[in-house]
Amino acid sequence: MAKVILKLGAGVSTDIIYPGRFMATVLPNETPRYTFADLAINKKLNAGEIAAGSIIVAEKNFGCGSSREQAASCLKGWELTIIAHDFARIFLQNAINLGLGVINCPTIEASEGDELVIENGKIVNKTTNKSFAIVPLPKARQAIIDAGGLMPYTRSLILHKT
Amino acid sequence: MGMTLAEKILAQATGQASVKVGDVVEPGVGLAMSHENAALVINQFNEIYKETGLAAKVWEASKIAIIFDHRVPAESPKTATNQKKIREFVAKQGITKFHDIRGDEGGICHQILPENGYVLPGSVIVGTDSHTTTHGALGAFAFGIGATEMASVWVLGRVLNVEVPGTIKVSFNGHLPKGVYPKDLILFLIGKISAEGANFKVFEFHGEVIRRMPTSGRLTICNMAVEAGATAGLVPPDKETLRYLKQDAGVTGKIDVFGPDPDAVYEQTIEIDVSQLSPQIAFPHTVDNVKPIKEAEGIPIQQIVVGSCTNGRLDDLEIIAKTLKGKKIAANVRMLVFPASFRIYLQALKKGYIEDIVKAGAVMMNPGCGPCLGVHQGALADGDKALATTNRNFKGRMGNPDAEVYLCSPATAAASALTGVISDPRKQ
Repeated sequence: MAKVILKLGAGVSTDIIYPGRFMATVLPNETPRYTFADLAINKKLNAGEIAAGSIIVAEKNFGCGSSREQAASCLKGWELTIIAHDFARIFLQNAINLGLGVINCPTIEASEGDELVIENGKIVNKTTNKSFAIVPLPKARQAIIDAGGLMPYTRSLILHKT
Repeated sequence: MGMTLAEKILAQATGQASVKVGDVVEPGVGLAMSHENAALVINQFNEIYKETGLAAKVWEASKIAIIFDHRVPAESPKTATNQKKIREFVAKQGITKFHDIRGDEGGICHQILPENGYVLPGSVIVGTDSHTTTHGALGAFAFGIGATEMASVWVLGRVLNVEVPGTIKVSFNGHLPKGVYPKDLILFLIGKISAEGANFKVFEFHGEVIRRMPTSGRLTICNMAVEAGATAGLVPPDKETLRYLKQDAGVTGKIDVFGPDPDAVYEQTIEIDVSQLSPQIAFPHTVDNVKPIKEAEGIPIQQIVVGSCTNGRLDDLEIIAKTLKGKKIAANVRMLVFPASFRIYLQALKKGYIEDIVKAGAVMMNPGCGPCLGVHQGALADGDKALATTNRNFKGRMGNPDAEVYLCSPATAAASALTGVISDPRKQ
């Protein structure tokens, strides 16, 4: 069971997730401090008030805009899971490549503070007792997820000379 | 069954006779482009090789391009140090398509690539920048990827696990009215289809308007394909493509040119008659919040930004210079102009455009991305409204979440510079 710590609308851009003015910071261990830099959640994250595994719920086209990988690495740094109606392409691929938890759920209904359980292809909102079907990620992505991310996946390819 | 242009390119890049939508392919890469975020690519590249006992060597140094453009000249010691680290990597790996902070060969990556002949029709191009879609203007399948994915490309020379996307055919027909430009066409399309309307799809641009359009306008249109979520935006190459490659980009030798099959299967077809279009404005804070200019006229603006990988080319500067020549921009407006490359800067200088622009009160800046994404110069004040020929107007985009950005064509920007309010270029 994990708590929804932030509920966002449609079209959350990478400029909101990780504003351009922090783009000179690139390393995955340095990006988390600027997560949602212009939103109140930033202070709570940096104050250690958000538990790992907490959930952000959003609507359509989460992560639209720039290809900046900081937008995925900063969320990964806090071990957050993103449930959205759907995701923008580059963000989704970056998330999978880095092992950030992303879940497609076009019907999700949840408010901040709700407790969710993710199981057997669905999300159960324990607060409202409603459940919502998960849309599986494209099969092509699964091999990368199974390998633990793109870096170990590519490493295994060069070690096995494919 | 016939193939779309994207399908034909992906088939060729994987050595197959054909591919179809949904197939998972691993296309060989013709060009892999990065800018300052190469610093992160290098970090991930070295991580991949860590404890493998193998030497960390890129697959083919001549197919990697690195262009400094996002924060040039460096705005901070941190950026300067990242740039230094990248220079060292470039030298060590023997990367030749490297464009440093220089007046003779520098500029914005999405102009440097085409103008140096690095973009060839029918090739697969990846870039660690979402606006890599730009290069579809020359008939390449070009798309944005993240830094870790680029590190994997540097190792393997191919992109892993790509699903062949479906194609949306867009035809622009009719005659462009006075005051309406390629930027207005792509803004109109994004407004019509929405910011996620082409997610995981490809645009293929057709119609007499595209056929008559010079490469500069096609670059503008393909540049913003990603703002509708498209993986790529392609113009089937034609005579104009060959003219540009040979005359402007200095490509010598045989250029292999092919378009989609006549019986290609499209997921969706969009027909747009441009004859009745008016100049378009994308209102804050989403690129698909597009309205005709009559709904924006009279909105006071404090900053105008002209340039970027979208609209910083010579014909864009020509429009600005001709409108401003012998006049003054409004007293309450700051106008920043940054050409897409130093080659364009010098051409504009020769033609006298720079003098006209500066004497009117605008500030000429060096080519770069800076103001567009709010990382370097041109930040907005709280409550400011900016009018820009750039490609994004997300909240916080120009460095301040308490400001607003409106997007438009260079003609609309120039007309508005003279009045200090958003103005219709057709009424000049």
